[in-house]
Amino acid sequence: MSVFVHQSSRVIIQGFTGQHATFHAEESMENGTNVVGGVTPGKGGQTHLDRPVFDTVSQAVRETGADVSGIFVPPPFAADAIMEALEAGIGVVVVIADGIPVQDMVRVKRYAMDCNAIIIGPNTPGIITPAACKVGIMPSHIYTPGRIGVVSRSGTLNYEAVQQMTELGMGQSTSVGIGGDPVNGTDFVTVLRAFEEDPDTDAVIMIGEIGGPQEVDAAQWAKDNMSKPVVGFVAGVSAPPGRRMGHAGAIISGQADTANAKMDLMEELGVHVVRNPALIGETANRVFS
Amino acid sequence: MNIHEYQTKELIKSYGVPVPDGRVAHNVDNAVTVAEDLGGERWVVKAQIHAGGRGKGGGVKVASSLDEVRQFTDQMIGSQLVTPQTGENGRLVQRVLVEQACDIKKEYYLGMIIDRGSQRITVIASASGGMDIEEVAKTQPEKVIREAVDPAVGLMEFQCRKIAANIGLRGKQIHEASKLMRALYKCFREKDALLAEINPLAEMNDGSLMALDAKMSFDGNALYRRPSITEFRDFDEEDPKEVEASGHGLNYIALDGNVGCIVNGAGLAMATMDSISFHKGKPANFLDVGGGASPEKVGNAFRIVLQDPNVKIILVNIFAGINRCDWIAEGLIKAMQDQKIEVPVVVRLAGTNVEKGAAMLEESGLDFIMAENLDDAATRVMAILGGQAS
Repeated sequence: MSVFVHQSSRVIIQGFTGQHATFHAEESMENGTNVVGGVTPGKGGQTHLDRPVFDTVSQAVRETGADVSGIFVPPPFAADAIMEALEAGIGVVVVIADGIPVQDMVRVKRYAMDCNAIIIGPNTPGIITPAACKVGIMPSHIYTPGRIGVVSRSGTLNYEAVQQMTELGMGQSTSVGIGGDPVNGTDFVTVLRAFEEDPDTDAVIMIGEIGGPQEVDAAQWAKDNMSKPVVGFVAGVSAPPGRRMGHAGAIISGQADTANAKMDLMEELGVHVVRNPALIGETANRVFS
Repeated sequence: MNIHEYQTKELIKSYGVPVPDGRVAHNVDNAVTVAEDLGGERWVVKAQIHAGGRGKGGGVKVASSLDEVRQFTDQMIGSQLVTPQTGENGRLVQRVLVEQACDIKKEYYLGMIIDRGSQRITVIASASGGMDIEEVAKTQPEKVIREAVDPAVGLMEFQCRKIAANIGLRGKQIHEASKLMRALYKCFREKDALLAEINPLAEMNDGSLMALDAKMSFDGNALYRRPSITEFRDFDEEDPKEVEASGHGLNYIALDGNVGCIVNGAGLAMATMDSISFHKGKPANFLDVGGGASPEKVGNAFRIVLQDPNVKIILVNIFAGINRCDWIAEGLIKAMQDQKIEVPVVVRLAGTNVEKGAAMLEESGLDFIMAENLDDAATRVMAILGGQAS
């Protein structure tokens, strides 16, 4: 079945007619994603990439039956766009933007409490169920269909892990980028729960980084609730405290935020921890076979 | 983005948070004039740098005469102040804050953060003021009060009263503290802060409350809508290489090793550093060239990494998603030709157009050391460094 996005997902793109959105929507469509239309306020009624353009998300949902939205609008407008998608009843909202003010996301999360939706991101490469549905900016060609779920905060480190898997013949059920921001839509626990419930996922690779408690929370959840094995890595062993390492959320604010502290705890909680990022694929192969 | 104590106090005072009377001074005469204007018999002279722990480094002194104000200011301005947070080289002090000294009965802690657990703005308070709150949280967790704010309604008065009562404030202090917290919260919201810390929040002899020291930092992603905060930025407090890098759209952080790193993506950049560390090497920097890495960006990345004299070797690790390996290769070739790079350059390319990029590097005839994968790259770096050392 895969998680969150599937062959049957009907995808719209917010900010559809923009340059990046166009490029990535086209790439997704070539790789099997069912993009049913898009939204650019003021351009409703036009056609773009042979798909209808709407002024509002609710119009798009009404006309196309869309249930997934990829948000490609710039950071200052992203919070508004997310809430528009939630209000229109979209079930899975994928937010690519890197640089949304944190307090905007605090309000978005409050708004989302009343909606039964999944927000992926922000600051994520997106989500892909290989050969079925991709909403995001990752290169489709490195992913292959398979039975391992991948979830990560970083984009390029996700690619790195997937490449290592591919070289060893392991494919992915779904790969989810939860994003590098401190306040994000979906945490590791939510994704682990989805993978645990997915009959087409046998095992999970979880890739975290310095900052925040969510990797350890996820390991605790997995210990209490999961039957499937989890391989984990946390980036930033060599990062200095108090500095933001590229991602807004990748900052060591206290001892518990460090990569080693998190990996030690994850190990205690039963996660198969990899200490060398070059060996994520190899470790997964050993543990899962 | 961090700002100075005197700027924080100006800002929160404008929202109604009581702070001691004081002004910033840029030289000795200036400091004495400020003290004279303030009047009284005792003043506090505080070095203004962004790092904390200033008291421990001699950056906060109480003067009992104008002569002492002069003497302390003279010692501080122009000196490199070393604190537990500055590193051994310290930070250059360019100005001091001169304040009227106050008589304090008791010290409390009051902070606001964006809590990653609750994903909300959260007030943190404690009766143990003047101490590192993380230390208090570790040793006496029951003494740390936390109250998350519902963004739909904001910080409510009942929450403030609850916090005040829980840290032991009494009588009209509870209302005073409540007003102060709401003022700070308003400032936090309206200026897109990430952190506000009043430590200590002091109880005066007459029972009134005052922010004796204050620190705030702000969301860099929200500065576009907070021009008044942008004006507070002090470039002297930042590493010039980091400032230059951000001007080129690169994310660079200087570290103390000798392996220069040029990587795309923050996570992969950290993992590359980790891989070097795993092989017992030390990264010289974190550098993320970002998504759309043009040949120019790659050239600038080399220039910035090589400004660090400790760099003995460079590791380029690119996993092209939206990037393309042929663009990166073009940038690498140009940088090698234009910049007379004398240190070895190990390159690992993967992802979009990898064959094309690798072929370009090969055909260039330049001395790139090609690596198969991340582990191979780190291994080669260490082998070359080992060879240099022997």
